[in-house]
Parts: sequence; C-alpha cells; structure tokens
Amino acid sequence: MSDAILQLTDVKTHFPIQTGFVFRRQTGTVKAVDGVTLSVRRGEVLGLVGESGCGKSTLARTIMQLVPTTAGTVVLNGKNLSTCTAAELLTVRRGMQMVFQDPYASLNPRMTVFATLAEPLLVHGLCQPGEVNARVAALMRLVGLAPRFMQKYPHEFSGGQRQRIAIARALALEPKVIIADEPVSALDVSIQAQILNLLSQLCRKMNLSLIFIAHDLSVVKHISDRVAVMYLGKIVELGPAADVIERPRHPYTRALVSAIPTPDPDVERTRQRIVLAGDPPSPINPPAGCAFHPRCPYAREICQAAVPPLAADGPTREVACVRLTEL
Amino acid sequence: MPLLNVTDLRTWFHTRSGVYRAVDGISFSVGRGETLGIVGESGSGKSVTCYSIMGLIPQPPGRIESGTAIFDGVDLLHCTPKQARSIRGKRVAMIFQDPMTSLNPYLRISEQLIEPLLIHEKISRRDALARALAILEDVGINDAAKRIHYYPHEFSGGMRQRVMIAMALITKPELLIADEPTTALDVTVQAQILELIKKMQRELGMAVIFITHDLGVVSGLCDRVQVMYAGRIVETADTRTLFHSPKHPYTRALQRSIPSMQAKGAELFTIPGMPPDLSKPLAGCSFAPRCEYAADRCYVENPQLAAVSATQAQACLRVQAGEL
Repeated sequence: MSDAILQLTDVKTHFPIQTGFVFRRQTGTVKAVDGVTLSVRRGEVLGLVGESGCGKSTLARTIMQLVPTTAGTVVLNGKNLSTCTAAELLTVRRGMQMVFQDPYASLNPRMTVFATLAEPLLVHGLCQPGEVNARVAALMRLVGLAPRFMQKYPHEFSGGQRQRIAIARALALEPKVIIADEPVSALDVSIQAQILNLLSQLCRKMNLSLIFIAHDLSVVKHISDRVAVMYLGKIVELGPAADVIERPRHPYTRALVSAIPTPDPDVERTRQRIVLAGDPPSPINPPAGCAFHPRCPYAREICQAAVPPLAADGPTREVACVRLTEL
Repeated sequence: MPLLNVTDLRTWFHTRSGVYRAVDGISFSVGRGETLGIVGESGSGKSVTCYSIMGLIPQPPGRIESGTAIFDGVDLLHCTPKQARSIRGKRVAMIFQDPMTSLNPYLRISEQLIEPLLIHEKISRRDALARALAILEDVGINDAAKRIHYYPHEFSGGMRQRVMIAMALITKPELLIADEPTTALDVTVQAQILELIKKMQRELGMAVIFITHDLGVVSGLCDRVQVMYAGRIVETADTRTLFHSPKHPYTRALQRSIPSMQAKGAELFTIPGMPPDLSKPLAGCSFAPRCEYAADRCYVENPQLAAVSATQAQACLRVQAGEL
C-alpha cells in the first residue's frame, strides 16, 4: 500500500525464560507477539483490542523499538527500524510517540509541565532556547490546557488533565504516528469522553495516524477507522471498526463483543451471551493449531492441526479461522 | 421491613487540608434478595458508603458524623464490637476490586477460605475444609481438590476474584457488598464473574449491593440503582426507569457520555468541568457548576431527594419545580 505510514511484516517478539543462577540456560520462550502483519495508513485510527496478556502492549513497544524485534520488520515512513543504528533511531523516533495508560505514573512528579514539555524540544534541538516558552504555551493550548499552569507539577492536576499533558508531550515532536496504550482506561466515563474527543480532533487536524490500544470495545468502535483483534500474540480479525464490532466473524471476536455489558436493561436481560470458559492460555505453551481452540465453542479437530492464517473475508475484512465458511 | 436501612449517613475525613465530606447525608435501604447498584464517578463516595457500613473506615482521619445503618434490628454504626463481629464477615460479606491486594499472599487459600468458618461457626477444621472445597467447586474452580492448597499468586486475576467470592460466600451471608469486583478484569472474565454472582445470589437468596462506575454492568444485574455525586444521592430508581427516563441532569449527562450510546464518529458528549472539591462546604447543588440547566437558586438551595413516582426519586430543584 502506497499510503501506508507504518508497515509491520511478520513481526515477532519473543522473550527468553532463563533458569539457573550460575549456569543460566534458556528453558522456554514467551511468544508475546508472534507474527503480526499490519499496516497503518496516513491519518488513520487503528484500534487494537484483546484481553490482557494477548500482546497488545508488547506490540506497541515493539513498534516503538523499546523492546527488540525477534523477527520481521517495522517500516516507518519507508525506513526499516530494525536495521537502524542508535543514532538513526533517535531521529526516526521523532516520527512516532507514545501515550501511556496511567497518567499518574507516566509523568515525572518532579518536573513541572514546562520542564516536561520543553525537554523533548531541547533534546532534539527543535527550537531556540528563546522560543521554548512560546512553543510550550502553544502545545498546552492545543490539548486544552491554559498556559498559565505551565509552572505547576503533575500532582496539582486531575487525571484527565494529566493525560492531556502526556498527549501534549507526545505531540511536542510533531510525530506522524501516535501509539496510545489504553489512554482512557484509568479515567472516569465523563473524563474519558473528553480525552477521546481531544484525540480524534487532533488526528483530524494534524493528519496523525493513531494506534489506539484498549480493551473496551465500545470506546474502540467509536474512535477507530479499523480494528485489529489480537489473541495470544496473533491478529485474529481485522477490518473496518463498525463492521467488526457489529458483525464479528471470528468466534473470539464474537465472544468478546457479546461480553460487553450494554447500558440498556431490556437488551441486557434478553440477549444470549457467549460466556467463554477459562482464561486465555499461557503464551509460553500456546495450544497447537489455532490458539483459541480450547475455549472456542465451534472448535473441531481440524482446529488443532495447523495455525490458521489471516485470510481475506470480503474486500475489507481479514479473519483467521479455518471454519469461517461453515459458521 | 428492609434488610438494611441506612439513614442520614455522614462520613467525613478530617485532614490537615480540611474536612472532606466524602459521604454527606445519604439514606437508602436494601430489601432481602434485592440487588442494589450504586453508580458514580471516582470520589463520589460510593465506596466510603459501604466501608462505613462494614466498619472499615480508618478512624482517624475518618469519622462517622451522623446516621444509622440498621441491619436486621442492629445498628451497625453504633453497636458493640462484639455485636459487629457476629454480623460482619458472617451475615454481611464484602468483596473488593483488586483480588491481588485483598488476598493474603503468605497464606494458602485453604487457610483464608476456612478462616471465616472457624471464627463464626462451631466447626472442625476437617468439616471447614470440606465446605471450602464445596464452595470452590460452586464458584467454578476446576480441580479444586488440588488448587485449594495453592497460594494466591498461582491463580490468574479472574480465578483470584472467584476465590474471593468463595471466601465471602462461605458463611452464606444475607447481604453481599461488592465494591467494583470486575473493574480490574477483562470483559470476557467480567462476564464470567457477573454470571457467577447472579448464580450464587439465586442459590443463596442473598441481597447484593453492587458498586460500579459502569452503567452497562448495572443494567443487566441490578433491580434498583442509585446514582451518587459528590457524596450525595442524586437519583434513585428501578433499573428500567433509570435507563429509560432518567430525571436528574447528572444521570442524563452520565448516560449521554457513554461511547456506545452515541453515533460513531460524532463528537462525544462530555460533562464540562470536574467534580467539586469536597473539602469546601457546598451551599447549593453539588452538580450546579457543571450543569447545563443550573439556575441561580441551584447555587444557594440544597436540593433534597423527592419522589417522582413510587419507584423513582431525584434531587434536582428545577426538575422538582417542573421546569425541566
């Protein structure tokens, strides 16, 4: 795809498990991300959903090159990040920034808002020391904070305001891609809506691409253009957001959608819910074949035989399930 | 007669930076076998309400300034410690949000499960262990005979929450207080735990107070809902009425700000501003500064809950005056 700003090809991130103190040896691998192929277009919001432990945060960190890729390539704006030198990486990273889940933990409590926002500008030499003040003020206005709070510390702000500071920090370097790892999970409903509005406004205004990671499907449906559903390190379904969530195809997506409680008592009390048994399996010893088969209500023997590839289902959808046509 | 009747409960925290009116004059009741949902944003006082009933408020800085909580004829706020012990953990049980921090990591779960039985009932260790095993199977833990000897860290988050539910239910309580029991869990596991609470409630016929900030969870589980804001109850109604014809502006705003209720891609409705600072006494309605309908008298007059119908009551002056 020509307009893809970020292209992942068969990305794998494995962590070794080592035992022994004197004679360390590897006794296994955690396959946190196991063969993800994905592209993000310019100005697109891609939602990434899945249960905890499915590898969505590791995928985000892999894209940011915060953890090394075991195999596969991450290409940002035509540049392969896995082969970059450290010096090159510093400049390339300017093009993508991250917003973390917990704004209480991701901001340095000893740095004022000014110091937090000025640091990336000065590190990357993006503006003259004399202009810093004006740039920081502009950034604060961009995310809806009054510049007069510049000299305040994070603890003087509420959760929603802190998340705004974290977003301003990510925007300081004028990135092309923002990766937001559960940016609203720690916030109350009314504050959540404010941050979601801010993120989608910014994406439109600055033509940003956003990878939005969340476990709340209704939030993802609202903000995303496309959604990728992850299960145990692999993408099992990919397609336009409303389509995937209103007409899920993969059995896992169906269960996930059916588990969301709806704020309507009549609907809630009459509908059939697919309650999955058990927990997601361990990524150390993933089940053979389709990783979802032990919990899947439609599983047959064929599901244990081979890992189903992500295959096209219509022009815009991709689903990884061997029994798809029968369901 | 209701199982639990709370009247005019005020729990304030006296800190160096002022007096925080975390719960400020609330009254409600729970009937036998009923499920009451308490909904509100963080800081609205929903947890403090339940901690007060259970006697879990650290005093100081907390102080219960006024109020009674009558459970089956006994005032839980003013009874002797001995009376409280005979009710708490036996007839009223509680489960918490984070199962990792509320289970003791040093004790096998068998020890933790039988502790309430050994304290409250004349029962031998062997019989207690048999009961513990039975309840673990009831809450859906496979291979319970082996797993009962595990430590909490050997379980996943959802499993730990099941263990905590088993621990709360082992004495067959008449009232279960659940403080955001599914907030830390994935949606698929949340669905399992909600089903489990419903099933155990049917089997034991107990009443449940379910605290949450998620209106979606409430809609499928609760008979009645009360909405709290800044330490006060702003609206209470049976679940259907609350969702289909909310009256108080805060309830309406809360409902409108849920993403799944809104058209995709549209600007999400948001409630402007932030909840008030509870350390400053509020003269009028606590929601007035954020309310799109606030009139001058909303800032001076303290609204009281008034019945709208037999099952619904709300505290907005302008709705009560028929202006909205």
